[in-house]
Amino acid sequence: MQTTILYIGRDTEITTVMNRLLNARPEWKGICVCKDDEAIGICQTHEIDLVLLGNGIDAICEKALRAKLTELKPALKIIQHYGGGSGLLYGEIMTALN
Amino acid sequence: MSQFILHKENTRGHANHGWLDAHHSFSFANYYNPERMHFGVLRVLNDDSIDGGMGFGAHPHDNMEIITIPLAGAIAHKDSMGNSATIKNGEIQVMSAGTGVSHSEFNANADEQLNLLQIWLFPNKKNVTPRYDQQTLDVAVRHNNFQQILSPNPDDAGVWIHQDAWFSLGKFDAGFETEYKIKKEGNGVYAFIINGEVTINGQVLSKRDGLGVWDTDSISFKANTADAEVLLMDVPMELN
Repeated sequence: MQTTILYIGRDTEITTVMNRLLNARPEWKGICVCKDDEAIGICQTHEIDLVLLGNGIDAICEKALRAKLTELKPALKIIQHYGGGSGLLYGEIMTALN
Repeated sequence: MSQFILHKENTRGHANHGWLDAHHSFSFANYYNPERMHFGVLRVLNDDSIDGGMGFGAHPHDNMEIITIPLAGAIAHKDSMGNSATIKNGEIQVMSAGTGVSHSEFNANADEQLNLLQIWLFPNKKNVTPRYDQQTLDVAVRHNNFQQILSPNPDDAGVWIHQDAWFSLGKFDAGFETEYKIKKEGNGVYAFIINGEVTINGQVLSKRDGLGVWDTDSISFKANTADAEVLLMDVPMELN
């Protein structure tokens, strides 16, 4: 069964890399955006299993985003992604899902 | 009472891509071990051997403090901040990835193997302005001494990073003994044995073994062989 992962990050280059990485495995489907309102819209219309918060999201935006996403889907897992599409990604996702 | 975790060299993750022979002390890329995720804020310790002229093309990083220490050979580095440099054995490189940076890293020599340690720490502040630094170190200072090569303080010896961490390198004669005092309350120390054999807190360690010690103020150290070379990473045990 595919895991749908939503990535939110401000850097467009990193977001592009994340989109490639999150869609490179058959067991993952990645949706990657740079804007918080886009992310919220996607959560309203898609079954999202996991949210990755990437670079450039300041503390105020992060707090608001977490609150809104949790309000939409209380059981939604939201984790910080470190590294910008790096070798940490697989471990982060496996840890979050397990 | 002090606690410790022992990582024997042959328990590291291993990926041989032909041009790249990589050993991972902690989960990285396709190596995933839930019991080997990090030691405090120390998240990545990769021991890479790279063929002549080969390397990693431009790729991004963010929100990690990335430290590179060449053990043999030289690295050709280029990044999106406009830095272009060669880093060789005896030098240390640091990148605070912050809001995002892209870089490439290649073996600078076409006919010589490059061996490096690449170490990533979680930063103590997210989304900092990306920065780059490298320094040449006086290797004579690390003879029978833990030479500080990294700290949180721009005015202190070595390079600096956005984290309450201190790194030290030492090369020791057989029989040399000392004590290393942990620099900050709440920090632990991860020792990586680059070469030789040593004893730390009664634990005998060999080449490429790792030992993490925490809930203590200091560790005891003895070099057992003439070619002992050790990297100490003094890091916060809690994400900050």
